[in-house]
Amino acid sequence: MKLKSVTATGLAALTAAALTGTAMAAPSCGADPVVMNAYFETGFPLPSKLAEEFTRQFPNVTFDIKEDQFANMMENSPRILSEDNAPDLIRLPSMSDLVANELLANLDGYFTEFGWDKFPPSQLIQLRVEEGGRPRGAGSLWAMGLNYSMTGVFYNKELAAKVGMTEPPKTLAELDALLQKAKDAGLVPIMQFNKGTGGLAFPLQDLMGSYGPPEPVNDWIFQKDGATINTEANLKAAEHLENWVKSGYFAADTNAIEYFQMMSRFTGGEGLFMFNGDWESGNLDKNFAGKFGFFLMPPAEAGGRHAAMSAPLTFGIGAKAAHQDCAAFFLNWVATNEQARQINVEVGGSNPGGPADLPIPAVTPGSVTEATLAAGNVVATENGAMDFIANATGAIFAAGWTPELQKLVGGVQTGKGLIEAVQAEYEKELSR
Amino acid sequence: MIDRTNQIAGAAAAAPAKSRRRAGIGRRTAIAALLFAAPAFIMYAAFVLVPLAMSVFYSLQRWDGIGKMRFVGLNNYLIVLTDADLLQVIGNAFLLAAWFTLIPVVLGLAVAAAIREHLGGPFGTATRTILFLPQVIPLVAAGIAWSWMFANTGLVNQALRGIGLEALARGWLGDFTFALPAVGIIGAWVLLGLCTMLLVTGITKIDPSLYEAARLDGAGPWDEFIYITLPGLRQELGVCVTVTVIAALASFDIVYIATGGGPGIQTTVPGLEIYRLAFAHRQVGLASALAIFLMVLVLVCVLPIQWLTRVRR
Repeated sequence: MKLKSVTATGLAALTAAALTGTAMAAPSCGADPVVMNAYFETGFPLPSKLAEEFTRQFPNVTFDIKEDQFANMMENSPRILSEDNAPDLIRLPSMSDLVANELLANLDGYFTEFGWDKFPPSQLIQLRVEEGGRPRGAGSLWAMGLNYSMTGVFYNKELAAKVGMTEPPKTLAELDALLQKAKDAGLVPIMQFNKGTGGLAFPLQDLMGSYGPPEPVNDWIFQKDGATINTEANLKAAEHLENWVKSGYFAADTNAIEYFQMMSRFTGGEGLFMFNGDWESGNLDKNFAGKFGFFLMPPAEAGGRHAAMSAPLTFGIGAKAAHQDCAAFFLNWVATNEQARQINVEVGGSNPGGPADLPIPAVTPGSVTEATLAAGNVVATENGAMDFIANATGAIFAAGWTPELQKLVGGVQTGKGLIEAVQAEYEKELSR
Repeated sequence: MIDRTNQIAGAAAAAPAKSRRRAGIGRRTAIAALLFAAPAFIMYAAFVLVPLAMSVFYSLQRWDGIGKMRFVGLNNYLIVLTDADLLQVIGNAFLLAAWFTLIPVVLGLAVAAAIREHLGGPFGTATRTILFLPQVIPLVAAGIAWSWMFANTGLVNQALRGIGLEALARGWLGDFTFALPAVGIIGAWVLLGLCTMLLVTGITKIDPSLYEAARLDGAGPWDEFIYITLPGLRQELGVCVTVTVIAALASFDIVYIATGGGPGIQTTVPGLEIYRLAFAHRQVGLASALAIFLMVLVLVCVLPIQWLTRVRR
C-alpha cells in the first residue's frame, strides 16, 4: 500500500515535470523552520556532528535529538516508530520486522528523485527488503547508510615489531605464525571481547571470508530460501577459530571482557591484534596517533579474494514521520556534501559512501583511518562485502552467536557444534 | 391485658421496622466499605489484575508486539515445558535460589545469635547498620561494583595473587563453572542485610527468661540456639526464606548487569529470558507464557514455605 502510494506520487511528479518541461525539484527542507525528530545511538557522536553542520548550512532546520543504547533501540524502535510523532531520522538496529509492520518510509521515490542510482548498488543492497520483511538484499529501499563501516584486524605497532612483523600477513598461515610468535613471546595474541555480546563473531566472520566467498554468507543473513550457515567453508572457519581458542591466542578471561574493556586494554598495550571495525579508526588516530595499524583479514590462499564484514550505519525514516522529505534530503546531503563527507571520515573513520565518482576526503598519511579507507576500496573492488552475521534475524546474536561463542571460549563447544547450533536456532526463529 | 396486648402488638409492629433499619444500616455500611475499598481495588485491578489477565491472554497468542495476533492455544506453554534451553534457564533459577537463600539465612541466624546479648550497646547498633547497608544500595549499583571486583584485575583476583594463588585467578563472571556461584554471592550479599535485620528484630521478641531457665538447667549456647532461638524465629525465618526465594526465582537486575545471562546461558534466569523473548525475539506470546509459568512456579515454592513456617495454634 505504502509502496504503491509512494511510487504513484513519484510517477505523478515525473509526469508533471515532463509535461511542464521543467527540471523536477528534488525534495528539500524548504525555508520554513523545521524541527527534525531524531533518535540516535548513544556513544557515537557522528550523527549529532552531522546534524550540527546541517543546521549551520540550513539554519531553518534544527534537530531534537534523543539518544539510547543500541540494545535499548533494538527493543524500543518498533514502539517509537508506531507512535504518531515517529522519528524523522532513526538509527535502525534491524529492518525486517519494521518493514513487515509497515513502520518505515519506502525510499524508492527518493532513490529516483535524488539519483541514488549513481551510488554503487552493492552499497545499498543490505538496505533493501522485500515487502513482508524477508528476504533482505532485494526489493525496495527502506534505509540509507550514514557511512559504510568494515571490520578487519587492528595491530599494536610496538608489539608487532617485537614479534618481527614488518608487513601485514598475506595469508592465513602467515597470520597464524604471527599469533604463535606472540604467544611464545608471552604476549596476548588477540584482545577480543566476548561478554554481553559475542565479540568473537568478528574474527569468526573474517575467517569465513578467508575460507570462502561472501555470497553464501550474505544469502544466509538475508534469509534467502534454503540458505544455511553450515557450509564447508564456514565449518573450516569455525574449526580454525576453535584452534585459536585451544592454542591460547585469546586472553584467558575473554568471556569476561566487554567491548569497552577490550578497547581500554588493547589501547593500553595489552594484545597484539584486535578484530574490530573502522568505527574505531577516528578514536585511535585522535588519542593514540601512530601507535596502531590496520589490515584486512588475509585470504586462506595467497592472492585469494578479500572479504570483510561491511555494513552501513543504517538510518531510516519513520512511516509516520512528519518531515520525511527533509529527512531524505539530509541523508542525501550526508553522502554528497563535501563538509559532511569530511566530518564523516574524521569523526566516523569509515567510508562515507555516496556516488562512486566523488573523491574520498583527504586524511592524515600513515593514519589508521587512511589504512581502513584503503582497505574499504579493496573490499569494494573485490566485491567482498558481507553483512554482519549477527544481523540475520532479530535475536540470532543474543540467542545464537553469543552463547555459542561463549561456549567455544569456555571449551564446552566445538567449531562444528557452534555452526550447527546457530543454524538450528536460525531455523527455529524463522519457523516461530 | 389490653395494655399487654398493645405492648405485644407494638413490639410486633416495631420489630420489622427495627430490622428494616438494621438492614438499612447494613446496606449503608456495605456501600461505605465498598467505597473505602474502591480506590485500592481500582489501583490493584489496573496495575495487577488487568496486566495479569492480559499476560494470560497474550500467552495463548503468537504475536510480535506490533502486528496481528494469532491464537495458538497452549502451544507456548508446550514450548516452555519442552525447550531444553528454557528448562535450563528455569533450573538456573533454582540453583541461584540456593545461593540467595542459604547464605543470607544461615549467616543472618549466626549473626543474630551472636549479637543477641549485645543488642542494646553500640556494638549491636554498628553491626546491624553495617549488615543492613547493602540493602539500601540499588541492585544495579551492586551488580556493577561486584562486576569490577570479579574482573580480571579486580579485588578478588588481586587478593588471590597476593597470597600466591595466581593459578586460581580468572574472569569469574565469564567462567562456565564459577559465573553462577559468583552471581549467587552478589545476591547473597545484597540479601544478607535484610535477613539479619529481620532475625535480629525477631530475636528481641524471645523472652530472656527462657534463656535464663535453660542455662539454669545446664543448657549450652548450642542447645539454646536449637531449642529456643530457632523455634522462636520460626515466623521470621519463613519471611526470610520466602523473600529470598522470590528474589532468586524472579531475579533480573543483578544477572542482567553482572553477566547478561552468560557465559552461554549459564546464568540466564527466567526474568532475563522473559525480557529477551519479548523485546529481542519479539515473541510476546512465548514471553508471557514463561512469565505465567514463573508466577505459578513462585507460588508452588512459596506456599509450602508459608505453610511450614506458620505459627500453629
